[in-house]
This record gives sequence, C-alpha cells and structure tokens, in this order.
Amino acid sequence: MNILERFHAMEYGPAPESREEADLWLGSRDFSKSLYIAGEWRAASDGKTFETRDPATGKVLTKVSEASKADVDAAVAAAQKALPKWSASSGFDRAKVLYAIGRGMQRHQRLLAVLESVDNGKPIRESRDVDVPLAIRHFLYHAGWAQTLDKEFPDQKAVGVVGQIIPWNFPLLMLAWKIAPALAAGCTVVLKPAEFTPLTAILFAEICERAGVPKGVINIVPGGPETGEAIVNQPGIDKIAFTGSSEVGKIIRRETAGSGKKLSLELGGKSAFIVFEDADLDSAVEGLVDGIWFNQGQVCCAGSRLLVQESVADALIAKVKQRMSRLRVGAPLDKNTDIGPLVDKTQLERVKGLVSEGAAQGADCWQPDFTLPSSGYFVLPTLATGVSPSNILAQEEVFGPVLATMTFRNQDEAIEIANNTRYGLAASIWSENINVALHVAPQLKAGVVWINGTNMFDAACGFGGYRESGFGREGGREGMLEYLAPKAAPGAEIKPASKAGFQRQGDYDILSIDRTAKLFIGGKQVRPDGNYSFPVLDKKGKLAGESGQGNRKDIRDAVAAARACKAWGEATAYNRAQVLYYFAENLSGRAAEFAARLAQLTGAAPQAARAEVDLSIERLFYHAGMSDKFEGRVHQPPSRAVTLALNEPVGVLGVVPGDDAPLLGLISMVAPALAMGNTVVAVPSARSPLVATGLYEVIEYSDIPAGAINIVTGYPSELTAVLAKHDDVDGLWVVAEADTCTYAEVESVGNLKRVWTSNGRAIDWTSDAHNDTFLRRAVEIKNVWVPYGD
Amino acid sequence: MKGKAQPAEADVTDLPQIPIRKSVEAPPLKNEVAPAPANTPAHTGHGIARNPGMKLDIGFVESMRNVNRSALERRVQTMAKRRSIKGDNQAAWLLRALAVMDLTSLNSNDTDERIRRLCAKALQPLRRDISIGLGLGSTPVRPAAVCVYHPFVATAAQALKGSGIHVAAVSTAFPHGLAPLDTRLKEIEASVNDGADEIDVVIKRGLVYEAKWQELYDEIAAMRAACGNAHLKVILGTGDLATLRNVTLASMVAMMAGADFIKTSTGKESVNATLPVGLAMVRAIRAYFEETGYMIGFKPAGGISTAKAALDWLVLIKEELGRPWLEPELLRFGASSLLTDIERQLEHHVTGHYSANHRHALA
Repeated sequence: MNILERFHAMEYGPAPESREEADLWLGSRDFSKSLYIAGEWRAASDGKTFETRDPATGKVLTKVSEASKADVDAAVAAAQKALPKWSASSGFDRAKVLYAIGRGMQRHQRLLAVLESVDNGKPIRESRDVDVPLAIRHFLYHAGWAQTLDKEFPDQKAVGVVGQIIPWNFPLLMLAWKIAPALAAGCTVVLKPAEFTPLTAILFAEICERAGVPKGVINIVPGGPETGEAIVNQPGIDKIAFTGSSEVGKIIRRETAGSGKKLSLELGGKSAFIVFEDADLDSAVEGLVDGIWFNQGQVCCAGSRLLVQESVADALIAKVKQRMSRLRVGAPLDKNTDIGPLVDKTQLERVKGLVSEGAAQGADCWQPDFTLPSSGYFVLPTLATGVSPSNILAQEEVFGPVLATMTFRNQDEAIEIANNTRYGLAASIWSENINVALHVAPQLKAGVVWINGTNMFDAACGFGGYRESGFGREGGREGMLEYLAPKAAPGAEIKPASKAGFQRQGDYDILSIDRTAKLFIGGKQVRPDGNYSFPVLDKKGKLAGESGQGNRKDIRDAVAAARACKAWGEATAYNRAQVLYYFAENLSGRAAEFAARLAQLTGAAPQAARAEVDLSIERLFYHAGMSDKFEGRVHQPPSRAVTLALNEPVGVLGVVPGDDAPLLGLISMVAPALAMGNTVVAVPSARSPLVATGLYEVIEYSDIPAGAINIVTGYPSELTAVLAKHDDVDGLWVVAEADTCTYAEVESVGNLKRVWTSNGRAIDWTSDAHNDTFLRRAVEIKNVWVPYGD
Repeated sequence: MKGKAQPAEADVTDLPQIPIRKSVEAPPLKNEVAPAPANTPAHTGHGIARNPGMKLDIGFVESMRNVNRSALERRVQTMAKRRSIKGDNQAAWLLRALAVMDLTSLNSNDTDERIRRLCAKALQPLRRDISIGLGLGSTPVRPAAVCVYHPFVATAAQALKGSGIHVAAVSTAFPHGLAPLDTRLKEIEASVNDGADEIDVVIKRGLVYEAKWQELYDEIAAMRAACGNAHLKVILGTGDLATLRNVTLASMVAMMAGADFIKTSTGKESVNATLPVGLAMVRAIRAYFEETGYMIGFKPAGGISTAKAALDWLVLIKEELGRPWLEPELLRFGASSLLTDIERQLEHHVTGHYSANHRHALA
C-alpha cells in the first residue's frame, strides 16, 4: 500500500516493539544454570530443565533449570543462613536495598516489559504501562516500611524464612507483591515463579545481584508443582505466601495445617461488575475493557460477572458489542494489540470448554467476527448474555476473556446476586450517584471495590479477598503484617484432655437449689439437642454441677442464630461500644459471684479469682472503647482518587478459648469479636463451663441482640471440629492442644474460613499483648477506591 | 457462536495484524454508518446528509447527564498509549490531519495581505520535494478550509476561488458571543454574502450555566437559519463551561438546533481543546447519530499544535466514532502552527533527517 492508499484506509498498521534486546539477553545467558540460590547461579541438582514458550507462536524460548526438592532445601538453608543478619540489619540498610532494586528495575524497565510479553503473551502496552511500573512502585513504596518498621510495629519481628509461590498472569508484578514486603520486614525469601513464565524472575535476580542484595536473602527456584510442593512442606519455612487457584490454595491450607507456618492466600475470583441505571454507560463499557479484556481476562480480580440494571441492559449490551468489535487481537509485541494469546494451550482449551459448556447450559454466547492469528493460543473475546446464576459461566472462574451478563431490578437484588458466590475478591460499582455507590460498597463481600473504575492497584492500598478468594492482604500496612510475627515467646504446651478426665473424683457438693446449665443460642437458654449433660468438677474433683453437652446440631443452630443476627453488624460502632460497656457494668455488679465460682472451679486463690474478674471487666472496657477506634484508613494512591480502607467484621466467628482463665479467656476473645461487629459462637472451657453459663443472665440484660453471642458448652475438641467443618462460619479462633488446632486448620478448607490457633500453646490471658491481635483478626479490610473529579 | 477461529498452523512467527471488522450482528444500533468509499478525495464539498435538527428534547438532553470525568480522563490517557501509528501509516495519518485542517488566523492585527499569505499556504501546503517524496502525484492534499474573521472573508474567497478549499468565518461576536442576537445574525448573513460557506458561531456560555436550554436552542436555530446553505459550526467554549457534563448537555442542544459541526473552543479561552472534552463531545455525537441517523461533525480547536497531538485526536475519533468520521465533512482541526509541525514530520519521513521550522514556507 502506498501512502495515498493508506491515507484513505486510515488503518493503524503494525507497530511492533523490538525484541532485539530481549533476544540478546535470552541468547547470551546460560539457562541451564537458572536457579538463584545463596547468591549463585546453579543448575538443578538432578540436571532437570523445563521449556518456556512464547504463547504467540508456541515456540520454545529457552529451557530453564527446574528446582528439585534438594534445590529447595538448599535455597531454604541459604535463606535461613542469611536471616539473622538480614533481619537484624537496620531499617535504613534494608530501605537502601529496596530502593536500589526499584531503581535497578527502572533502568531495565523496557527489557522487563518486553520479556514479560514474550513469555506471557500479554500486550506490550500492558506490561510496559501497568505491570512493570506497578512492580517498581512496590519496591520503592516498601523501602519506607523497612525504615519505619520498629516504630510502627514495635511488638513484631520478621516472621522468618518465607516461601512464595506466584502465578503466571502477572509474573513480575506478583513477584514484587511478594518480595518487597518480605524484604522490608526483614524476612528472607525462597520464591518460585510460575512454570509458564520464569523469565522476568531470573532477570530480576540479576538486577538484585547488582543492587547489593546480600547472598541468600532472595532465592529464586523456578519449577513446576513438585517444586511448589517442596516449598510448602519444607520445615525450615516460617510462612507461605501463595497466589494462584483456589484449588491449589486449599491444598496448601491443608498441607501446612499444624505446621505453625503463617499463611496468606490470594486466590480466584468471580468479581461482579455492577452497572446501575444512572451510570455513565460509555465509561462503564471502557471499564469492562479494563476489567475483563485486560490481560486476556487472565486476572484473578477480573470483572467477569456483569450485573446490569434492567432499565439500561439493552443499551449497555449494544454498546459492549460495539466496543468488542473494535478490540484488536494480535501479536503481544504489537503496540496496537488489545488482546494477546492466552498463556498456554491448556488454558485455551479450558476457556473454550467452559464457553461451550455455558452455551449448552443456555447462555447466549456472542463473539465479534474477526479472524484470529493462525498460530498461538488465541481466543475470541466472548459476551455471554441470558446467563442464569446457576450457569457454569456465572459460577466458575473462567480466567479468560469471557463476560457473563445478568440483570437486576434494584439495589438489593444487585447486592444479592453479587454476593451469590463462593468467591469474594473484587467488585466494581458504576453509578453517578455517590449515595448509591457508597451504600452498596460496604455490602459487597469483596476485598476490593472500585467505584466507577476497575483494576486499579497501588502498593499503598491493600489487595486481597473475602471468602474463598483467600486471606491476607498484599500492599499497605496490612500487607506488612503478613510478614511479621509477635516478638513474645509462645506459651506452654497444652496437654490433650480426655473425656475420662471429667469423671467425678469425690463427693457431691450440693447446692442450695439445683441449677440446670443449658446452652445459650439465639438469645435463649435452650436444652442441648442430644439431651446429655456432663459433670463439672471443682479443683478438688468434687462435682460442682452439670453442664449441657452440645453436639453438632447445637453448633448448627448457634451458627444459624449468629448468621441471622443482622442487628449487631448493622449497629453503629458507638452503639456497640455502649452495649459492651453495659455488659462490663453488669458483670461488675456480679463480680463477687463470678470470683467465687472461679475459685471453686479452678482452685484459684480468692484474690486471684477476683483479679481475673476485674481484668475481664477491664478488657471488656478496652474493647468497648476500641469499637469506634480500631478504624480504617484513607489512602491517597498516585491518581486522583481516595481509597477507603474499611475495617469490616469478618462475619460469624467461632471462638474456643481453652481452659486457662476461663472467664478472662472467653471475654478476651468474645469482646474484640463483638466490638468489630462480628457475631460469635463460643465453646467455653469444658473444665469450667459454669463460668460461661453464668454469663447468660448478664448477657440477657446487657441489651446484646439475640444471636450476637451464642454459647455451646461441651467437649471443645469435638465442637471445634464441627465449627471448622461448618461452611457458614467465617472465622475460627482456637486455643487448644496441637491436634485440635491442626484439625481446625485442615477442616477450614471447606470455605477457607479465617483460622487462628494457638498452635497447641497456652495463651497468657493476663497480658494485653493479644488485644490488638484479636482486633485485627476480627476484621476484614476492604479497600474501596473512589476516583473523583467533575 | 458467530466467531470462527482459523485452525492453528504450526510455526508462523510473523503474526499478521488483525483487521477489525464489525460482526454482522455487532452494532444493534438504530443507524448504520456506511464505510467511506475507498477513494474519497480530500474534498468533496459538503457531501453528507445535512442535519435538519430536531425539536428540543429535554428528556434526551438529560439522559446524557451521566458523564464521569475521571473515567473519561483514564480513557483518553490510555487511548494514546494503546494505539501507535508508525512509518508510512504515520505519514498517511499526518496527511489526514492536514486534510481536515481549518487553517486559521484569528488575530486582531490581521490584514488582507496576511490572509492572502495564509490562503497561498493553504493552496500549497507542502514543499514540492516532500509531496513527491510521499508519492502524492497529482492528488492535492490541502487544508479543508481557511478560517478568518469577517472582514477577510471576501479576500479569502477570492484567493481560494475554484480550489475547493472552504472559507470559514468566525461569527456572532466571536469570541464572547455577547452582542445582541440581531447583530449576531446579521454578522452571519454578511459573511455568507461575502463568500463564506462555513460559519463558526459561538454560544452564550451563560445560557448553559443558567440551564436556559430553550433560549440556547432558539439562538442556535436562528443562526442555522441565517447560515442558509453555509454550514454551521457551533463553538461551545468548553473551557468556559467547566464540567464535562455542561459540555455534553450543550453539545446535545446544539445538535438538536441544527449544528453541522460542534466545536470545542474559540482558541481564546484559557483552556482549549482537551482530549477529555473531545471525548465527551464525540460521545454526544455518537448518541445523536444513534438516535437520529444524522452524522454531526466535530472540530477541536485551540492548542493542537503538534503532529503527535493531531495523531492522538485522530485516534480518539477513529476509536469512538469510527473511520467514516475521519473525513473533512465530519472532522476539522482548528489550527495555525500545527501545519508547520506536520510538514517537519513529513520531511523527516521522506528524508530520515530531523527538520527545522525555517525549512518550511510561512503561512
């Protein structure tokens, strides 16, 4: 075509980014030695390699060393060796290293971007304008956390050696999200890049070599699932950070149960993209382009479910189709490409399979009519309309450029559909009415909510999910906490109790009038479903009374009551504070009675028993006061937007406080949970349940709404197991012997509930050190992005 | 499913650029745009169906109220980065920018002689060697119009006679628009009588702030009537309107009142044509087209002085309105210094040497 013909055609034409430098790097490097361990480049101990391919052509780019179990062990040993010096180094020293990494990446920004596109298939303009700049920002941002760590987290220290496993959809960015906070916290790292996309991690390690990262602080071990498994099960690792599928995340949860490894999981999603009738529809369409067609839809937080208000549905769908037909599918290195190939053949087949299945289940699947490149793993963008909530396209994460559309009639229905999922990663709300947007945002079960925007990220704003989208946050202050552990030493080991231990040793101690201690469910004292009781002994082994023996049905009823209690979560923080103060006041009025009971059941000296009651009252006061002070934050990301980091209640929490200090332990767990708006199912000490049953009346006249606190007495190990397996329980805190703690973690995988255990250790309830730990665990942080300007 | 994937072939390294075609069922819009004929000459006169206007429909105007500035800003920021035009295509696109230009001189100290120079430049915009180097042959690529104040309309009409280059007059008490309506209408008639076939009018911006839509509509409709066969470009003075919502609402009223073009700025406001403003206006044009079937032209003016900026605007139009709008009948750039920068870039394209301003003839 000559220029005059082009003048009439007005096509964009190809605008290829050069891959010369990337090819030079690929060609000049010995990839048979691409494990970076202890500051050295090593071959795999068993000599194994794996191929990494260019998804646009299917051609092999190079063969990369595949880390074996022995290599992972060596990397962990190196990280352990480097840990003491690195974690003891000054914050300023670590800040300088993070700064140097960030600047080093900046100097090789284009090479990183081109390599990423070649290895992953994402359009160059995305790797160049999104992935790489955000990754750099993460290192520069975390330099500051390194330096202020001691001041901001005085009671915390580096968690230790961290094993990190990252996905292929944002290889360098996910690496940055993992490594930057770990280094800032003083941790050392063993990171496995994804098998499809190992290249930028290798270049990153080269940059780190030049940036003066001490040997062994960062270790990169490319490999597949076996390498990942070796990391997960390596006993020298103190924390696992994983981003990937919910399926693998659940396996990791199970594998690490009882190991004491700290865990953060950033998993899948089926994020809702909600368009209200007063939205800027043209902008919402562009939001979809950024939401579901960004990175070929291979984004965990992709807005893959379009929920549109009926009144504007036809207009929006017409606009979406129009816009889709202007998308450009093509070579990733062409600057005019909107959609590149999927990362691998397996993904291509999976996406095509899900689309066919969705169509077979009644969805109307539409694709623009353009020709795909004849090689590579390309797939057409797809719009599915008429999708019922039960359709596979509405239920399953497709991880491809496939948008499932549903309509709603009103706000409540929009929220209901949006939350009708096991996932809870992200959501977008489109409305020009701030009342609508800010009313809906807190009601969505999602860790990130974008108002009139989508896929906005920043290192200062935490990212992470609710529900089965995982737990833990990356970025921001909350992200730092994932790499920190309390400085306080763990308590003594808790010995398992047997039911036989509850058998009567001596005489009855007859009370004046017989009392029946029932369960407390939904604001009522109820008999246990099984109608069994178990004996409660005093310290001398005499029978002090009998307590209802709760079973799985009682737990079921208690969870249902806790779930039904909306009033508590919706109450204002000030209101919750007043109720908790009143609870403390009423407990104080019966302090003598509780002290006497504690003395009788635990054998504590009268003064010590009274001290426990007084401290319980003090702790209730503390958490009452925190109700309206343990607040969210406002972030100012580098764009014209504010990000509201809201502390939201986790939901229904199971708490199992153990036998020590039966009143104080129970209050120390229940109070922060209630203060933050959660509802609670408590399984009190089986040795001293009569302390907890004595609270029923106090609760009843403290204005606590029915269902906010439910107490089921019985054998904690059995009831903990029921709570762990209950998929409508959002969180579970357990102080118990090791087996029960492990079991709680293993069985939590059903819904990936947030589990905290004492790991078989006793808790010193007299210490205030745990107060904020429980407050933090009582909330999910939701980051609501609010761009503004008119 | 309608799409058809071609069977995969092994080992094809060079991926062809994918032509983007609309699916047969893609645009379920009320009105379809016919693609421009392959050999549309640069000037075809005012060859599209003229917008007859419509009754002021406040409901339609108000339905356009939801304009989210930050989303529009993000769209234009990424749009320029999402599209890149290189090599021969870039040269072709720069020629396109030239062909949709209203070469403009609106200075208080303009003289007849100065305007004759401007017209001479419009007739001969490119140095011969550049024109040959680009392979233009006998096809003239020239600005679409010369845009002047009323006193110079006759001079320009004389100078451009027979060339096909339109004579545009800024009118209606440009740039403020605050003279009595009668005076403003008379000014239009005078310019038309002197030979202007395009009239760039300004609106009273205050009417937008006061939401006096009927009065705004009536004034523009009267201007349209005064234009007769001359085409009406309605300048909104977007820098004075402050919000994108005001820009959108004013755009709708102007189109309903019979504007052939809507235009951003006078070039005299402190903020002139910006891409977010342009995006708001072209989306209004799209909505009007979808509703009525009439294609309204768009003229960004003021501050478009570099070849790169011109390319960004062309990308905006192509992305949001499509290829048919990249014709002088539907797109104009109001510009003066832009031409020299385009000439420099075209020279670079032909010779591989970076150019200098003084190597190109003055306007």
